[in-house]
Amino acid sequence: MSRSIRNNGESAPDAVAPVFAALGDGTRLRLLARLSEGDACSISKQTEGSGLTRQAITKHLRVLQKARVVRCVRSGRESLFAVDPEPLTEIRAYLERVSRQWDERLLRLKALVEE
Amino acid sequence: MDSVLSQTNTIRKQIELAAPVSRVWRALTDCREFGEWFRVKLDGPFTAGDVSRGRITWPGHEHVVWEAGAQRIEPESLFSFKWHPDSVDPEIDYSPETPTLVEFWLEATATGTLLVVTESGFEEVPEARRAEAFLRNDGGWTQQMKNIEDYVAQHP
Repeated sequence: MSRSIRNNGESAPDAVAPVFAALGDGTRLRLLARLSEGDACSISKQTEGSGLTRQAITKHLRVLQKARVVRCVRSGRESLFAVDPEPLTEIRAYLERVSRQWDERLLRLKALVEE
Repeated sequence: MDSVLSQTNTIRKQIELAAPVSRVWRALTDCREFGEWFRVKLDGPFTAGDVSRGRITWPGHEHVVWEAGAQRIEPESLFSFKWHPDSVDPEIDYSPETPTLVEFWLEATATGTLLVVTESGFEEVPEARRAEAFLRNDGGWTQQMKNIEDYVAQHP
């Protein structure tokens, strides 16, 4: 069941679903929020003040990386993580489309009940 | 960034309607009226727990079957259904995918009705995609996670 190519060429639900899944976790959202504030960041730095173990942080960062929400770059002996905005752009495009459809529907509903 | 993160799980819309709650309720739950503004011709009325089917009526998409499973029908208060948003490709069988939940909340105001619409559940991964991703991934994600855990445990 290949759904990577859609007729309309826009973001399909299946393409963004893994990203939603990766973001559907409070810890990962906080990690991402922290990453989005600044430059690429090491696991150690992410662990500081987070109340989580290095192992837990690593696990969450890998989930985000797999969903292509963050990317990992090597810097000497360290792995640095940074936000990769491309999937977020895809999500935004998809949600904006679904959202726009609601706007249009609700305007038609408004016209119907107020006529 | 914040806007994306806050939007990822739920879409929320709110609109003031200059019509009584009873009028809005009818427009939401009467299948003929629903079809007018939602642009779908339904085969029959909504029943909680049942799947409703119809045809999309907007130009160019008349061949697309529309499906939604009504969840809660609480008169003049809450109407909800599950469906597959943006499912307009007739080549694709959306039924194995986890649907989103759409809820219509109604509240009487001094001037008419406040309608709040939420659509949630975008984070659910369709089963087929999960399986496909698992197979495509080198050795499977579960194994990768295990590898990372083992590595980190051995290299504290």
